[in-house]
Amino acid sequence: MRFFPHTPADIREMLEACGAATLDDLYSDVPESLRLRRAYDLPASLSEPEVREWFEATASKCSPLVCFAGAGAYDHYCPAVIDAITSRSEYLTAYTPYQPEISQGTLQYIFEYQSMMASLTGLDVCNASMYDGATATAEAMIMAVNAAKRKRRVLVSSTINPEVAQVIGTYARYQGIAVEMIPQKDGVTDRAELELMLGAGDVAGVIASTPNYYGILEDFTGWADLIHKAKALFIINSPALPLAVIKPQGEWGADIAVGDAQTLGMPLSYGGPYLGYMVAAKSLMRKLPGRIVGATTDEKGQRVFVLTLQAREQHIRREKATSNICSNQGLMTLRAGMYLSLMGADGLREVNRLSTDCAHELARRLEATGKMRLSHPAQPFLNEFKMTVADPLTTADILDALRREGILGGVAIDEREMIIACTETRTPAQMDKYVSTVKNL
Amino acid sequence: MNRSLYSKLIFEHSRSGRRGTDLPRRPWADAMLHLPAALMRGEAPALPEVDEPTVARHYTNQSTNNFGVDTGFYPLGSCTMKYNPKLSDALAADPVISRLHPAQPASTVQSALEIYWTLQRALSEIGGMEEFTLNPFAGAHGELTGLMVIHAYHDSREDYARTRVIVPDSAHGTNPASAHVAGYEVVEVKSLPDGTVDVDDLRSKLDATIAAVMMTNPNTVGMFEKNIPEIAEMVHAAGALLYYDGANLNPMLGVARPGDMGFDVMHINLHKTFSTPHGGGGPGAGPVGVRKGLEEFLPVPRVVKNSDGSFDVIDRCDSSLGRVSAWFGNYTVFIRALAYILSLGAEGVAKVGPLATLNANYVMNALKDLYLLPIPGPCKHEFVFDGLIDKSGGVTTLNVAKRLLDLGFHAPTIYFPLLFHESLMIEPTETESRETLDAFIAAMRQIAGEAAENPEFVKSAPHDTPVVHPDDTQAALTPKLTYKDLQDGI
Amino acid sequence: MTYYLPTHEYARVEGNIAYIGISRFAAEQLGNVVYVDMPEADDDVTAGEEFGAIESVKAASDLFSPVSGAVVEINEHLIDNPRLINEDPEANWIIKVEMNDPAELENLLSPEAYAEVCKAEKH
Repeated sequence: MRFFPHTPADIREMLEACGAATLDDLYSDVPESLRLRRAYDLPASLSEPEVREWFEATASKCSPLVCFAGAGAYDHYCPAVIDAITSRSEYLTAYTPYQPEISQGTLQYIFEYQSMMASLTGLDVCNASMYDGATATAEAMIMAVNAAKRKRRVLVSSTINPEVAQVIGTYARYQGIAVEMIPQKDGVTDRAELELMLGAGDVAGVIASTPNYYGILEDFTGWADLIHKAKALFIINSPALPLAVIKPQGEWGADIAVGDAQTLGMPLSYGGPYLGYMVAAKSLMRKLPGRIVGATTDEKGQRVFVLTLQAREQHIRREKATSNICSNQGLMTLRAGMYLSLMGADGLREVNRLSTDCAHELARRLEATGKMRLSHPAQPFLNEFKMTVADPLTTADILDALRREGILGGVAIDEREMIIACTETRTPAQMDKYVSTVKNL
Repeated sequence: MNRSLYSKLIFEHSRSGRRGTDLPRRPWADAMLHLPAALMRGEAPALPEVDEPTVARHYTNQSTNNFGVDTGFYPLGSCTMKYNPKLSDALAADPVISRLHPAQPASTVQSALEIYWTLQRALSEIGGMEEFTLNPFAGAHGELTGLMVIHAYHDSREDYARTRVIVPDSAHGTNPASAHVAGYEVVEVKSLPDGTVDVDDLRSKLDATIAAVMMTNPNTVGMFEKNIPEIAEMVHAAGALLYYDGANLNPMLGVARPGDMGFDVMHINLHKTFSTPHGGGGPGAGPVGVRKGLEEFLPVPRVVKNSDGSFDVIDRCDSSLGRVSAWFGNYTVFIRALAYILSLGAEGVAKVGPLATLNANYVMNALKDLYLLPIPGPCKHEFVFDGLIDKSGGVTTLNVAKRLLDLGFHAPTIYFPLLFHESLMIEPTETESRETLDAFIAAMRQIAGEAAENPEFVKSAPHDTPVVHPDDTQAALTPKLTYKDLQDGI
Repeated sequence: MTYYLPTHEYARVEGNIAYIGISRFAAEQLGNVVYVDMPEADDDVTAGEEFGAIESVKAASDLFSPVSGAVVEINEHLIDNPRLINEDPEANWIIKVEMNDPAELENLLSPEAYAEVCKAEKH
């Protein structure tokens, strides 16, 4: 077996050194009744070419579609240098940087990531990342409830991505937190309802998103004051990439910024690994879950990086930790940091513009087919938008027809409504095909 | 390496006007012009402006300050730092899979679902469980998910009195933290001097308020909990469920299955037992398995196989605990783990445990005359020393760990478990050769010698690393967490 | 008069006011203190219950209140300079509490009894 260095002589001699005759002797403490005295019901071992064959044969059972779907995961381009660097085994095969003397590579890229995300969100303190945007949002909810001490109500806008809402709901359910959905009006959170719900008291936090699930930019003017007056925390979930052009969480007066940073250099990969980010106002620094990297100096006077503020974490606080999170999405923060470095502020603006231009052009041309229309024509959007299909067509009709043409046309919300997303990787030819397919229905 | 040139932060390479990417040109009108200014960003984010070669060189040079499994021996206890096969990396980068969108209809992602399902079945066989979900992102996330399964199970029986979870005092810190996040109060059970759970103490704490007992087996001192059949019986008789923390599953491969030991719910760390790279802290994966009868409580989405051989996704299920991830978890990690299992095959998987245990016992026996072994063996995949036997020179576990860095080894886990003051926890894993182990043993013996003859030299270690004695206190007293924070110093 | 909890908090009593901090023994055990999590003035504390936490680089410890009452003042010097606790934990109290029920003091340890607790913990 190619991963085991042991020769029969090694095994024999090592057993001798341990005072054991057989490998089985090392398990004399495992009761016989528990022993697995049969072979695993698994296939026989495969050589490297055979494993490749298995995956190639399996992968060939589907072919990729041209992606006009979003709903939280977007088909942006990932520069090749990101793959090249993240496949370096010094990064890939390292553990959590517990020994700063031999982990400066990891510590420094996390510090750079924290710095970039703080700037992108307009807030102060970023942790070393969370699993995904949904769990990051759920953790932010728990922070809000812990900060509020006895208050147990959390208000969540109904325009947030439903998967994110479900994860929030799961975490809340087991913590005894009451999550209430704020109604929507014309595709955005109904502010009057928010005020009423806040007025009822006992609110620990408010969670909303922009661009929201429908791709619409929400207007949070005045929200921070309202929410802070109720002594609650304001949490805004945004996909990371649009933050380069839209008013970021910090500018809205939010206390915690969360979301998924898949858009910063991570391929779709059927849902993961992605990257949850979390950035908070300085006052919440010691309430943040997860790892945090800080700068300090060493004995030689060099600037160096270490894991810091560890007293918040589970290996010290155990059941009193701010969260049970132990790891992070390490390597994905390297991808995000590299992506942000390669793009710079100008590049980010350009990617957003290309994606937005594509989406607006597609929306315009789809409306011109008469087969569908923008569901909320008055609402501003970037690269994703919601369409309502004209009678008697259904979203399934549209999506099935597109699929036959090799196009993933979007994500259906129900029989009538769907969301469509564009990125800079969509071409005019792909758009033509999309539009003509819909037109011919 | 020229440290003055290459020890900079990426921000310090920035020059206005540089770009690291070129984007396609498209014929479409500028749609952003028409968006309401009040919703748009005022000031551009402060990001570096760098070209691609600078980025490539910066991150390449930084990587040389890192130590990975490919760099050298990594005997980090409880972390199972085994070799990560390169084929797995190549397959995880598959161009077809990397382009699949997680919201695609099941009919268009049959290959992705087949990979998920095949791994799920393999883990079920290895764990002795009925079904696994692969969705949890990490070990701690698996624990949380597993406890939510247990919560959902008790809730389904309207058994709401079970508000507490029992955790041994030797448990990983994530156990109590996960129990707390899952809404439970934590009850600690004591360990006996031999490191195993005190069955009498456990019995006295089991009652109708206990939802679950979390166990690690072998436990964190590397000892097999041989009373596990009796414990399982007690726990089940009390109406509670038994949870298996799979962090230490490695030595059990080929030997015994958690399901056969009586565990009801378990998680597996794919980045430990199934060789997927740790990535400097992630992404990992913490699949959760359940015994028959608990499948309905697993999180959605669930991947199932239809009678016609095709695969499907179940997105809604009333009895499910809910959703713990937006999509299907860290998908490419599954590809790696499955490639590893297919490479090893039934026979190879069964050799993992015994060889890992052999390596651990070999190292333990070669060092126990110099390092204090509080619990005599045989150990399983790892063991714990309580510092040096001769402590007269004042050399601590921390000093030994730092001196190992000088000698080209990663340090073991230190000051965990909390059962001993000077815990030094060593886990060699099965992918290490006898020559590597011998070299490590020689280094540990050398350090013990130095500790006796020249303790100050060991206490001032490391001497040869690029960074020496970072000031942790300064870091925590005046936190500098972003580049912006550095503007006024360091 | 100074009283102690077995969890190493002291209450130095002057009239109806108790100055609450951690003992010298506890400060030594913790090492360099980097942060003290304190309640706010006007918050209530309850005897035997947590009122905050104290952190060093590698450890964290909850703070328990020896007495019940209202916090009249917190030691604001500790916000910027938590290491004062290492310099002199007795002088650098953490919170000042107006006691509700001075009879609670009877449940606390005398300096002599507390010294025995520390001695036992050293072994």
